[in-house]
Amino acid sequence: MVTRRRVLAGSIGGLLLSGLRTDAFAAAPSASELLTALPGKRPLIKRTFRPPNYETPLADLRSQITANDSFFVRYHLASIPDVDPSTWRLRIGGASAKRPLELSLDELKRGFERLELAAINQCSGNRRGLFTPRAGGVQWTYGAMGNALWGGVRLRDVLNRAGVNGDALEVVFDGADGAALPGTPDFVKSLPVDRALDAHTLIAFEMNGKPLPHWNGAPARLVVPGWTATYWVKHLTSIKVEPKAFDGFWMKSAYRIPTGAFPGARFASQENAQTTPITEILINSLVTSHANGDRLERGRPAELAGWAWDGGSGIGAVEVSLDERRSWRQTTLGAAPSPYSWRGFRMALDTAKPGPVQIAVRATGRNGARQPEQLTPNPSGYHHNIIQTLTLEVV
Amino acid sequence: MNARLRYVAALLAPFLAGLAVAAGEESIELQDAPGRDLVVARCSSCHSVDYVQMNAPVLDRAGWQKSVRKMIDQFGAPIGEEDAQRILEYLATHY
Repeated sequence: MVTRRRVLAGSIGGLLLSGLRTDAFAAAPSASELLTALPGKRPLIKRTFRPPNYETPLADLRSQITANDSFFVRYHLASIPDVDPSTWRLRIGGASAKRPLELSLDELKRGFERLELAAINQCSGNRRGLFTPRAGGVQWTYGAMGNALWGGVRLRDVLNRAGVNGDALEVVFDGADGAALPGTPDFVKSLPVDRALDAHTLIAFEMNGKPLPHWNGAPARLVVPGWTATYWVKHLTSIKVEPKAFDGFWMKSAYRIPTGAFPGARFASQENAQTTPITEILINSLVTSHANGDRLERGRPAELAGWAWDGGSGIGAVEVSLDERRSWRQTTLGAAPSPYSWRGFRMALDTAKPGPVQIAVRATGRNGARQPEQLTPNPSGYHHNIIQTLTLEVV
Repeated sequence: MNARLRYVAALLAPFLAGLAVAAGEESIELQDAPGRDLVVARCSSCHSVDYVQMNAPVLDRAGWQKSVRKMIDQFGAPIGEEDAQRILEYLATHY
């Protein structure tokens, strides 16, 4: 069914970019960053070669929909097969499934109602490289995220075909990617059964109207809108409905945050007194029109613009402060294709007077949640969503 | 074999052993010091050694110790005590 991808990248054009700018409040993650192209991708910021971890440069995050060829790539394990879609099978079973079944890609595409949904796919550790104190792991800055149109079928419909028993507690997902060593825990994730049965949780085989790119989970992946990307299992091969909590490494030891430290949905069957799984994306925003330190030409019209998003309540307001957070003014919001998509904001900047322009941006959700001033420390560097600040200079 | 050649050979060893090595990772240059070839040989069985460079500003000796133990205890790296100690010594001293 799968052939091993012996050499991940055929030809690579490497390019060193020096002096990449970062937040005024953040430690620079590195003095230089390597832009490298994986096969089928544009040059992205290389964090690690193997397993491949590549983030999207700010310039490629300026469109409402992030292009497939610049969408970030994140893997834990380095054995990533080229899955043949014609022989690929998805197996649905588990102790709480009434009628285990197996689906070909064609059966999956034809056998269920199809839909398309715009949603943010954001790594739990996005911006980890900007954490103070610093946290170990992939040192992402802003680009371990993107917004795409995911096309597929409802996981709920597939699970109902298999029949979900009343005792079902979690649904467990495995993909075709694996580890180099037999002793390394396979990347397997679970969801609470109610989140798996949510009408917005998809098995997607299309991304922005095209078949899923290899590096983003071909031929089919899980899409869990509003939840961080750790649950969006790629190269999906197995779904198991189970009456008990899944106890694999990637649930019990990884992707956990201090219990009660953050807002967001609770994953009760995986929670203990100390830690709990990360779940929903927290409210956040990103300026994409400018980077910290950019210069503005005096007297020339300029506009600050970017995106705001949360875990699905929808964005209510994005405000900008130009006086060190003493007063805030509303920006103009754009459309949101879905509550799980990011929403644009923009505001004209006054360029009449020369000198620094200190900017702070904060988003507020329809549920009242607002970006915080301070980071909540946590060992793995998750949920970096503090108010972004940048200083531009009118010259 | 001079040091440079030895290093390249160490980097290529997993490839020659039939492992999937990513194009580009042969460009990673770890600090030339005792222990480097061991680090490259053992760590790159599973991942490119740019993980070492990436985490250098983050991890102190205790952090590297934790990281090496995690690879052995949780990720199943077949590395004995003696090699683990040499790997830790290299990482803590040079990164």
